[in-house]
Amino acid sequence: MIALSGVELRHGERVILSGLSGQIETGSLTALVGANGSGKTTLLRAIAGLHPLTSGRIDLGGLVAADIALLAQGSHLDRSFPITCSDVVALASTRLGPFRSIGKDRLAATKAALARVGLAEMESRPIQALSAGQFQRVLFARTIVQDAHLILLDEPFTAVDAVTTRLLLSVIEEWHAQGRTVIAVLHDIELVRRHFPHTLLLTDQSASWDALPNPGLQAA
Amino acid sequence: MLDFLWEPFALGFMRRALAGCLALSVAAPPLGVFLVLRRMSLMSDVLQHGVLPGIAIGAIFAGLSVWAMGIGGVVAGLAVALVAGWLARRTGGREDSQLAGMYLLALAAGVALISTQHSIDLTHLLFGNVLAVDDAALFGMAGVATVTLPALALIWRPLVLESLDPGFMAATSGRGGLWHLVFLMLVVLCVVSGFVALGTLMSVGLMMLPAIAARHWSDSLAGQVRVSVLLACLSSVGGLILSYNLDIPAGPAIVLTAGGLWVVSLLTGPLGSVWRAAAPRA
Repeated sequence: MIALSGVELRHGERVILSGLSGQIETGSLTALVGANGSGKTTLLRAIAGLHPLTSGRIDLGGLVAADIALLAQGSHLDRSFPITCSDVVALASTRLGPFRSIGKDRLAATKAALARVGLAEMESRPIQALSAGQFQRVLFARTIVQDAHLILLDEPFTAVDAVTTRLLLSVIEEWHAQGRTVIAVLHDIELVRRHFPHTLLLTDQSASWDALPNPGLQAA
Repeated sequence: MLDFLWEPFALGFMRRALAGCLALSVAAPPLGVFLVLRRMSLMSDVLQHGVLPGIAIGAIFAGLSVWAMGIGGVVAGLAVALVAGWLARRTGGREDSQLAGMYLLALAAGVALISTQHSIDLTHLLFGNVLAVDDAALFGMAGVATVTLPALALIWRPLVLESLDPGFMAATSGRGGLWHLVFLMLVVLCVVSGFVALGTLMSVGLMMLPAIAARHWSDSLAGQVRVSVLLACLSSVGGLILSYNLDIPAGPAIVLTAGGLWVVSLLTGPLGSVWRAAAPRA
C-alpha cells in the first residue's frame, strides 16, 4: 500500500501541490488526471523518489527503487540514437554495472516482452526506423522486463494510434491482473472511465479521490 | 613514383608521430561518437581550450616537461569538465553561451600565460610539432590509448543507457553520474595526450571529425565506432604525409584530412547525406 500524508510539492518556489493525503492499495489500478501544470508528473516522480517533498510523507510500504518502474514521457528521447529495439529492452532488464552480463534468461525475457507488444519482427531493427507508436511499444516492453511491483506511467498514450492504445491497455490490464500496482497519468477521461477502477483528480492545489470531473472539463 | 607516400616514414621522428597518432586514432574517436550522441560536441571545444592554462602552468613550474604539462592539462581539463557539468545542471541544459564564455576566457588565459615563457613556441603548442614527439609524448599517447579502450569497454553498457535515457538511468540505478564522470576523464586524457603532436587546438579534431562522419556510414553504435576508428587512422596517415610534403604543422594537416573525409561522408555517405537526400526514394 502506498500512503500519502500531507504531501507538498514545489517547482522552485512555486507550490504545485499541497496537503495531499490518501492511499493507493497494493495491486490497484489508478488513473491520475488533471489539467496541465496540476502536478501529475511531479507527483509520479515524487512517488518514484525522484522529486523531493517539501513537506509530508510518502510511505511506499517497503518498496525500494528496484521495485519501481517509471515510464516517463518518451518524447524527450533521441530517436536517432543508433540502437536496436532489443538492446533498448535488454539494457533495462537488469541493474547495470561494468561486470554484470546479460544472460540467456534476460535475452529470453527481452524477446518475450517485444513479442507481447507485437514487435517480434522488429527486434534487430534500429529505433530510428520506428513510428511514435512503435517506439512507445518498445518502452512498454522495457517496462515489462523491469518486472516491477509498482509501475508508474506518464501519459503513456500520447501520440499513439488507436490500435496501439488498445494493445498497451491490454498490457496494463495484464499487469493489474498479476497483482502489480499501476498508476498512470492520463488525459482521456472516457478511457479512464472505461478502464481504471480508481482515480485521483488534481485541480488547483486540491485533490479528489475516485471522483471524475464532468465531461465539460475534458478539454483540459 | 609514389615516393611522397613512403618517404616521410623513412624518418624516425615521422614514424614516432605515426605510431602515436595511430594509437590515439584507435582510442579517441569512440569517445567522440559518445560525445556526439550525448549532444556534447560543444564540450570538446570547451575542453581543448580549457586544458591550455593547465599546460601553461605546468610549463611555468617545470619547464618543457611533457609530464608536467600533461598533468597540468589533465587537472585543468577535469576542472573545466566539472564546471561545465555544474553549469548544465544550473541552466537546465541551456549552458551553451556560458560554455562559450568559459572557453574564450581559458584560451586567452592560456595564451597569456604561455607568452611569459620565451622558451615555448606558441604555434607548436597550439598546432603541434611532430619533431617534439619524444619518448614521453609517445608513451603518453600509447598509454592513454591502452587505458581508454578497456575502460570504455567496461563502462560501455551503462554509458549507452545513460546516453540514451539519463532519466531512466537515474531512476533505476542512480549511478549515472559516475559513468558520466569516468567518460569525461577519458575524454580529457585523450585531448591532453595528443597535444605534443597535434597541438591543443587540433587534438580534438581527431576525436570529433571521424565520429561526426561515422553517422553517415552506420546506424549501429558499434558500426559507428568502427567506422570512426578507420577514418581516424586514414586521417593520421594521410595528414602526416600531407604535413611532411607541404611543410605544414601536423595538427592542421591531420584535421584537414579528417575534415575532408567528413565532407565526403556528408556528401556521399549512405545515411542522411546530401546525395542520399537528393536521390529518389527506393
